[in-house]
Amino acid sequence: MTAKTASVRARMPRWLPGLLLVSPSIVAIAVFVYGMLGWNFKVALSDQHDEVSEGSFVGLENFINIWQETRWILSVQHAIVFTVVFVGGALVLGWFLAFLMEKGIKGEGGFRAIYLFPMAISFIATGVVWRWLMNSATGERAVGLNALFRFLGLDFLQWQWFRDPDWGMAAMAIPAIWQMSGYVMALFLAGFRGVPEELREAARVDGCNEWQVYRWVILPHLRPVTLAALIILGHISLKVFDLIVSVSGKQIITDVPAIFMWTAVYDAHDPAKGATIAGYIVLSVAIFVVPYLIWNARREKRK
Amino acid sequence: MRRRWITAAAIGLAGMLALAACGGGGDSSGDGGQGGAARKRVEVFSWWTGPGEADGLKAMRQIFERQNPNYTFFDAAVAGGSGDQARALLASKLQANQPPDTFQGHAGAELQGYIKAGKLEPLDFLYDELKLREVFPEQLVEQITVDDHIYSVPVNIHRSNVLWYNPGVLKEAGVSGPPKTIEEFIGALEKVKQTGKIPLSIGSQWTQVHLLESVLLGTLGTERYNALWTASADWSSSDITKALENFKTIMSYAGTPQEDWQPAAKQVADGEAAFNVMGDWVYGYFVNPPDGGLGKTAKQDFDWAPAPGTDGTFMWLSDSFTLPKGAPNRDGAIAWLKVAASKEGQDAFNPLKGSIPARKDADKSLYKDYLAYSLEQWASNRLAGSIQHGVVANDAWRSAINDAVGLFLQDQDVAKLQQALVDAAKNSGQ
Repeated sequence: MTAKTASVRARMPRWLPGLLLVSPSIVAIAVFVYGMLGWNFKVALSDQHDEVSEGSFVGLENFINIWQETRWILSVQHAIVFTVVFVGGALVLGWFLAFLMEKGIKGEGGFRAIYLFPMAISFIATGVVWRWLMNSATGERAVGLNALFRFLGLDFLQWQWFRDPDWGMAAMAIPAIWQMSGYVMALFLAGFRGVPEELREAARVDGCNEWQVYRWVILPHLRPVTLAALIILGHISLKVFDLIVSVSGKQIITDVPAIFMWTAVYDAHDPAKGATIAGYIVLSVAIFVVPYLIWNARREKRK
Repeated sequence: MRRRWITAAAIGLAGMLALAACGGGGDSSGDGGQGGAARKRVEVFSWWTGPGEADGLKAMRQIFERQNPNYTFFDAAVAGGSGDQARALLASKLQANQPPDTFQGHAGAELQGYIKAGKLEPLDFLYDELKLREVFPEQLVEQITVDDHIYSVPVNIHRSNVLWYNPGVLKEAGVSGPPKTIEEFIGALEKVKQTGKIPLSIGSQWTQVHLLESVLLGTLGTERYNALWTASADWSSSDITKALENFKTIMSYAGTPQEDWQPAAKQVADGEAAFNVMGDWVYGYFVNPPDGGLGKTAKQDFDWAPAPGTDGTFMWLSDSFTLPKGAPNRDGAIAWLKVAASKEGQDAFNPLKGSIPARKDADKSLYKDYLAYSLEQWASNRLAGSIQHGVVANDAWRSAINDAVGLFLQDQDVAKLQQALVDAAKNSGQ
């Protein structure tokens, strides 16, 4: 029996067991990720504008026509404002927290846990809490943060939060910043710690002051971390759905492409339009992620 | 080697048996007490989970189980006001051809999508058997008939065009009573504004569409409003422009939008706001004891009137039950529909839900205060169908109207809104 097993082993190519081991996940990803993506684009390229008809191929018609819709333009604008404020805010805040931590404060472990905690909460729960905090009533009827401002005598800070027609989406980014900046902090902290003490010492010996050490030695070392954080935040931001649904529901005032997709499919019963929007979301995320993957692969190779 | 094969086979077999046992358990919740006969379950899909409505459903369930000892009722309710979440789940279930035995839907155009997709069985046989055409109002039967067939059994009737107001706030502002016309309404709003109270409380976007339907009805009148949903409708006419201008003026008196209809209505009950236009589910919310309701007293803490300009017209909406094609337990579903259509079922459900029965022969003594008023109005008024609650416009159309109103709230451009409504009517495919 042992001899038999040994002979089977000898005949089996070395790569086969490994391949067998990963093949279930390869098949699952092929079907459930790429297969579904392909199906989505097939629907997006058809004129299946209700659930009954079969739909025939119409090329890029849906992808072009959607730009004539006011709601689509608005949701894209909202997504851009949200992304800029959220990604920028989370990066700056995360970096700043990591910077403070890096200076070596007492009880660092405790602070690290506190800053990281929000990440353990789902966007839905975050959204529900912030919906109460960001209640738009002002003056005597204020509740949530507006009531806090009133209590502190900072009435001029009261505003409509996500109901503000111009900057509502910026307010919507606040809970997202709150949730993700701890994670960004952890990334940056690892980055800071990755800079060897000798390098800093060498810079100081060469006559750098503390500011110059950061500017010329540490920050360049943080570039890969910053890029990774940017990608992670960027793709979360472009497909944001759950946070907005739980804060304001599906109102136009905080519309983003993912919400538009939801109403197109489930309220208006227009699969082709929903698939088109989903296609645009995938493409916009791909613009972020694919160059990063290529850049990463090249770097690995160089090493 | 051989022993290993036997072990593997044994484990495999055991696994299959376990799976089969689980699968069997889903179909029938076996009940030995019934002489060994398994009771078949009937899956009833609804969005009645809130206070009042869930109690009503329970009352109907008790009647159902008493009349049908061989069926068990399976409550497949999905939470979420006005059924948004429930309908999304339902759509995926129907597409996968795994319908519940019966599901709740707003009677009228909302069901058109399902009907066109061939997901629903006509219920004409049930209407003939129970003579339902005679017990429901003629105009209701007419409005729920699609291509000469009826596909649902209406359980209740709600009214959409109700103006809720706070008598104290009105008195303080020097408004003598509820405004009768849109012009009077705007005047009253202005007077309230002078006192510093919120003239008109408002909720999230859908409540503003709800307001629009009452303003449309109040400006156009019943006939022209009902004509909007026929093939010859003209959405670009000047009366529509006038209605939309009215809507814009009225909205300019609205307070800060609240999260949903409850906090908006509450502002009226609490004396912070003077008026709120909302369906008559507000009544139950106002008078029910705390923990679900506000425990207020009618006529004293709050009062009601038909929405301005709509006196004599009942803008209705109705919850109904259907029979999906391929229902796993068709007989059970029909037994449920019979309870839902019966006088006993409707009289058990509606007083708790805070709505009135769709049947004309209800026991009037069960309906008090607002519900008595509503029954009397339902019997005497002309009917118009609600937009937001799925009576007159199909889902695509309603969704386009919601988009148009949502965008209007951003830019306040009446001409654009009207154009969007013209396009919505054209593209609805209804």
